[in-house]
Amino acid sequence: MSLELRNISKRIGTETHIHDTNLVLEGGSFNVLLGTTLSGKTTLMQLMAGIQKPASGTILFRGKDVTGTAVQKRNVSMVYQQFINYPNFNVYDNIASPLRVAGMDKSEIDRRVGKAAELLRLTPMLQRRPSELSGGQQQRTAIARAIVKDSDLILLDEPLANLDYKLREELRDELPKIFAGRNAIVVYATTEPTEALLFGGNTATMHEGRITQFGPTSGLYRRPKDIVTAQVFSDPPINTARVEKRGKTITIFDRITWPAGRAGETIADGTYTIGIRPHHVTPAAVAASSGSFNGRVLVTELSGSESVIHMDVGGTTWVSQSHGIHPFEVGATAELHADVDQALFFGPNGELIS
Amino acid sequence: MAKITLASLRHSYYLNPKSDEDFALKRLSLDWQDGGAYALLGPSGCGKTTLLNLISGLLVPTEGKILFDGADVSHLTPERRNIAQVFQFPVIYDTMTVYDNLAFPLRNRGVPEAEIDKRVREIGEMLDLTATLNNRASGLTADGKQKISLGRGLVRSDVNVIMFDEPLTVIDPHLKWQLRSKLKELHQRIKRTMIYVTHDQTEALTFADQVVVMNNGEVVQSGTPVELFEKPRHTFVGHFIGSPGMNLLPCEVKGGKAFFAGHMVDAENVAAAKNSAHLEIGVRPEFISIGGSGIEADIVKVSDAGRYRIVETQASGSTIKLLVAEGESIPTGKIHLSFDPSHTQIYEDGWIAGGRA
Repeated sequence: MSLELRNISKRIGTETHIHDTNLVLEGGSFNVLLGTTLSGKTTLMQLMAGIQKPASGTILFRGKDVTGTAVQKRNVSMVYQQFINYPNFNVYDNIASPLRVAGMDKSEIDRRVGKAAELLRLTPMLQRRPSELSGGQQQRTAIARAIVKDSDLILLDEPLANLDYKLREELRDELPKIFAGRNAIVVYATTEPTEALLFGGNTATMHEGRITQFGPTSGLYRRPKDIVTAQVFSDPPINTARVEKRGKTITIFDRITWPAGRAGETIADGTYTIGIRPHHVTPAAVAASSGSFNGRVLVTELSGSESVIHMDVGGTTWVSQSHGIHPFEVGATAELHADVDQALFFGPNGELIS
Repeated sequence: MAKITLASLRHSYYLNPKSDEDFALKRLSLDWQDGGAYALLGPSGCGKTTLLNLISGLLVPTEGKILFDGADVSHLTPERRNIAQVFQFPVIYDTMTVYDNLAFPLRNRGVPEAEIDKRVREIGEMLDLTATLNNRASGLTADGKQKISLGRGLVRSDVNVIMFDEPLTVIDPHLKWQLRSKLKELHQRIKRTMIYVTHDQTEALTFADQVVVMNNGEVVQSGTPVELFEKPRHTFVGHFIGSPGMNLLPCEVKGGKAFFAGHMVDAENVAAAKNSAHLEIGVRPEFISIGGSGIEADIVKVSDAGRYRIVETQASGSTIKLLVAEGESIPTGKIHLSFDPSHTQIYEDGWIAGGRA
């Protein structure tokens, strides 16, 4: 089973919401759409579901053209950021509703609802109405309804965004277990890079209506194919700067010389943009390939186990994220060390060189 | 600017509350120093919004008093308390310019125009809004609008306290960083008392000098981010703060030593533990390492979080999670876990042994 988007685009009025997009998703896979608000995640999901029609291109399901097929005729489930349930139905009837629409017999409905409720830990709440549930339980009900009918495609549009932090953590842990062993294609939209990482599976990074890259999540994070992908997939933001590479060294911030690092040593001399993630910039030098620099401390955030230091380095902001408590004073000059071995080098068009 | 005192404060939404259960906010006494950065942290329904509404004057407490610099304000209306508030969603006038939006709270109070101009430009500069002061607010993005809301909260120099109610919930992660650090920077510059209400531990811990953790209408712990992280007073704090939260393992104490499934575990406060209570060992994933000896465990799942991996293991029927830094290898098969004794605590019926007041 697979879902294929072939040269799909979407315009609303004169505005292009989705640019020429190609994507193939396989059955049994968990796929994250990662991007900021308005990057096109919801529109792309609606195109996959058939809620919206593309301006051009074809959508193939199991190799068959379904571009013009209405959402009702496709076997699709969707879960939204808002908790959407039937307010006057109890949890049981909410979960059962798609099966009743499909005309399934009573005993099979009972079996399936029981199984879905068990999986989402809703069994004790089956007789309650949504208004008598917590936000987490309401969203569990919506998810149970989405999985109960064995949909081919399950679309989850930021389903955890309106939940408390800890509930989010709990459901994030459970979701992959819920989908494991199903043949459905699962697509999960989020604005949070950490969430994408923790889910694993595949990730498509989205930026201004384009998929910038698609592939296994941790590969995308460590080897983004361009600087935009690296930026979309970094929280806190990835540090960038223009460098001049000569031999075994680079000149950064127009004046400081650093070792070129593992990746830098292998590339031709010239001008590049480097990207170094905040956790590779630390108050103590960690590696032989460290590059030091001074900056003015803009703000220090101490979280109990970690320090995040925002520094002004000659007009650009660099961020360091490190273990332990490093209470740098705001306004003071501080020295930080970047692990250049972990740097990514990008070319003039933002493409990854090494 | 003011020191805020909550004296035996208690609140119920019932007219005639009978038992403790009827109180949305259980008895609470706290002192908040002038100019401090505080956070109220807890899950939905923990009572943090009730407390916020009591301080702002939207609710009158069932019992107890609220004092600003020693003066009782419990029965004053919100407008007489001189408070600025920033909400979850931007509250601004779309038809006005950024400048007029910022000036609004001052004009409302009849502040002279020259003074208004000075304050608006100052705040505008702090929030990087100088270039857009004359633009209409309607064309702005959500974070741009929320920045103006923050500015409106900060513009008055005469407020007792500025309160933020989940101000970054609707903001994308990459902009959250910017607004959060801006807010922290502003606090460090203007030193006004600020109270930040949130369910997000990262926001609370990074913003506040002192975090008040609430659960079921009760304050479970009030402390610095480091105290909450290193020495949670209650297992709820251990669980709620940290991602993943603290590991909690059943244990028994025999002859002054703690045991988990027959393994001796060194804990900092074991001497204070009494065997009569329900006992648990609490240790954060950050303080567990894989070694040659220790508690035997099986790896169940490894999740990549970028700068570290979360390793979920099973040991004698309990789940133990630990963190392994990026680039470090994780052995396969049976592994052995050791806990850092100075960060391992014993809890009695949920409360830290020897630490209950």
